Amino acid sequence: MKVYHCILIMFCAAILFLINCKKDEPVKDLRESGTITVYTALEDELVTEYLKSFYVKYPNIKLKVVRESTGIITARLIAEKENPQADVVWGTAASSMLVLDERDQLEPYTPKGIERILPKFKSDKPTPTWVGITAWETAFIVNTVELAKLGLGPTNIKSFDDLLNPKLKGHIVMSNPNSSGTGFLTVAGVLQLKDKNTNAGWDYLSKLHENVNQYVHSGSKPAKMAAAGECIVGVSFGYAGISQKQKGAPVITVFPTEGSGWDMEANALIKKKNINPAAKTFLDWAISDEAMESYKTMYPIISTGKGGNYEGFNSDPIKQLIDNDFAWTASNREAILNKWMTLFDSKSAKK
Amino acid sequence: MAIIYSIKRNFVRFNTAQFCVLLFILAIFTISFVFPLGTLFSKAFTGENGAFAGFANYKSYFGNPSLSVSVWNTIDISLVTTIFSTAFGFLYAYAITRTKILGKSFFKYVALVPIFIPTVVHALGLVYIFGRQGVITRLGFDIELYGRNGIIISEIIYTFPQAFLLFLVALEYVDGRLYEACEVMGVKPLRQFLHVTLPEMKYTVVNTIFVCFTLAFTDFGAPKVIGGNYNVLATDIYKQIAGQFNMNMGAVVGTLLLIPAIISFITGRFVSNKNTSTLNSKTIPLTISKNPVRDATFFLFCGFIATFFILLIISLFIGAFTTYYPYDLNLTLKHFIFNQSKGGIGCFFNSVLMSVASAVLGSIFVFVYSYMMEKAEGFGILTKYGKLLSLLPLAVPGMVIGVSFIFFFNSESNPLHFIYGTIIILVLSNIIHYFSVPYLTATGALKKLDREFEMVAESMNIPCWQTFFRVSVPLSTHAIAEIAMYFFVNSMVTVSAIVFLYSANFKIAAIAITHMEEAGDISQAAAMSLLILLVNVAVRMLYHIIKEKS
Repeated sequence: MKVYHCILIMFCAAILFLINCKKDEPVKDLRESGTITVYTALEDELVTEYLKSFYVKYPNIKLKVVRESTGIITARLIAEKENPQADVVWGTAASSMLVLDERDQLEPYTPKGIERILPKFKSDKPTPTWVGITAWETAFIVNTVELAKLGLGPTNIKSFDDLLNPKLKGHIVMSNPNSSGTGFLTVAGVLQLKDKNTNAGWDYLSKLHENVNQYVHSGSKPAKMAAAGECIVGVSFGYAGISQKQKGAPVITVFPTEGSGWDMEANALIKKKNINPAAKTFLDWAISDEAMESYKTMYPIISTGKGGNYEGFNSDPIKQLIDNDFAWTASNREAILNKWMTLFDSKSAKK
Repeated sequence: MAIIYSIKRNFVRFNTAQFCVLLFILAIFTISFVFPLGTLFSKAFTGENGAFAGFANYKSYFGNPSLSVSVWNTIDISLVTTIFSTAFGFLYAYAITRTKILGKSFFKYVALVPIFIPTVVHALGLVYIFGRQGVITRLGFDIELYGRNGIIISEIIYTFPQAFLLFLVALEYVDGRLYEACEVMGVKPLRQFLHVTLPEMKYTVVNTIFVCFTLAFTDFGAPKVIGGNYNVLATDIYKQIAGQFNMNMGAVVGTLLLIPAIISFITGRFVSNKNTSTLNSKTIPLTISKNPVRDATFFLFCGFIATFFILLIISLFIGAFTTYYPYDLNLTLKHFIFNQSKGGIGCFFNSVLMSVASAVLGSIFVFVYSYMMEKAEGFGILTKYGKLLSLLPLAVPGMVIGVSFIFFFNSESNPLHFIYGTIIILVLSNIIHYFSVPYLTATGALKKLDREFEMVAESMNIPCWQTFFRVSVPLSTHAIAEIAMYFFVNSMVTVSAIVFLYSANFKIAAIAITHMEEAGDISQAAAMSLLILLVNVAVRMLYHIIKEKS
């Protein structure tokens, strides 16, 4: 019987324990206190760094931050539509915002200081549904040690066309647009650069496909693979390359001379029954000067247009960005992805 | 006697207590598995606007050649993985239970290393060994890691310990009299193996094939990290759910993943009906004969596998202790200073807490469940329903469990809504996600218990719960400890379902490792994996002590 009692006691203890672990009750009705839940796709280190100034300014607001990759966080938001857990989304791809907006999951809100945000960095609705903070753009992360083994130097990789060099065959890794936002912005960027009304962009991608070793399911992975010497050129985004270099990798970050496709990290208020006023305070802070200053230390391009000086940019970083037609991108998203999948993903298995 | 026996079987009394327990466990399982999954899978038949679409989604899925090729790729890698894992798992377990090789406990521990660390870490290790800059590749052997080869190696590493554990339990329960009889009659060892050992193992072999096949069929971690361009169903789900946010298409792929489980339900029943071997009061333990050739061969085989696993771990730590592999090989300890922004050390304790809860509650639930399936009689349809359900969780990828839990439990009309965002839902998802393998372990152990125990108890009017606690539980302590350990270890390393369900104030270690890997902090990921490895080895040792004492 001892065994029986023992099990029973453990069972009860476990139940009691679990009940006591219940989550916090919802929030009080004040602009500068209470608890809000923030969903974000920003890097962990950046979240900690950025939030320092928020905690100084609003010591009474408690933030519960859930950080995941762009795909997972967006999928969670969509799945939770019936009963949203998040109060705000912060620093998550604008392309995801468009998807959420289309599903009527965003509450229009004009944060304080919105007039400082350049027009192409916010939603075009009268009361904006989302506001951008930083931009990220296509960049080539090149492993110079491995590149030298091919007899090429950094000057040989400057533009999209340079990636077609036969010597690079099997040495390029790019992210898959069907599973990665960075992959998508690169493909959408190429199509627009090569004239989106003709087939020129697809022709280029077909030629590039000959040189590509593999398409991976994450935007920063090509950069990491280049850094580890698993490939020579990773088609990724700027920050991914710069942060790898800081960790000691023998890589340089190259922004293509033709210009880069780009997307931005944006903020939005989630549509739900009881909107917490503190969520609005957070959104105001998220585009304030203090916040922008801290974004600037990490990202070259911020939505007020006054970025800092960074490696790899000769002139104003913002000029690197192509004139992105977000409406065209959003309405053609599915068609582009399906065409890409038919052309390149089906072949890929045979290699 | 036979006639009395069969009459007795046909007139089993309707047992109210058993009926209530059966209803209760089936209700729990239905609410936490069938309903959520139903909520998600109904989306396979509706359009994005929610209108009924019939099979239109399936049509468009199979209409896309790049997607349907994944079906064949998945079958391909699963078959190859199954053949290798089942064979290796059997031989390894055989070496440990039926030969006199040296270092048995060492080999036992090493075989389990892969399930003691998150799968993403296997892939990292493989890159260090076989990647373009890997140790072996630099010696001139390029196995073309990224793609089919990488996925298969990774899946074998992942499924081998499961196969090994299933065979270990099965091979340990044996009636020595069978082999004594063989010796007396002068049966040759090969014939003994083919006519005694293998038939005894039939049930376990079928289960192992099923487990390995399904795990490889649904695993997502390895294809994501080193799958290259080799598309499988699990990466398709990821593309649909987390890339295109198309839940309907994700549900379509999810239903396709259930097919192996449904097939195996039919075959699994077929085999279990013919399973005859039992452990009863007259059983005597097996004495292992001397055979140096056999022992040497098996020692080499186990040594080979163990070396590979150890290499995997060592390569990780080379990565962790060098400044920047492979370009700066100076030794350093700096990677072992934890980064607070990834959750620091707190998430490690959260993981332990969650895993203990999953282990305790999970093993109680699984054991009672399989006991009812095996021993309760006369409930026909209910038992069938329970048996069908028991194997399905294995076929459902974690991502599908995670998303379906959101759809079901996060609805305000659901009275169980309060568990959303708490540790309860994490524990529940672990129990469901990892239900099938412990169920098979428990069933395997219970099948070996002679029905005579129940017969005698019934004829003496001893209530069934007393038989349960006095006979079945004590005789199965080994299996129960195995189950608890299985839940604990898996809960420590799981990511796929939890990633959708964990809340901001309860982050866990395996998720932190994924974040570290994503951010390129491979060295920190290795350090955290070391902690997980340590605690899992400690739990395994604890299990060993319990087993020795009992």
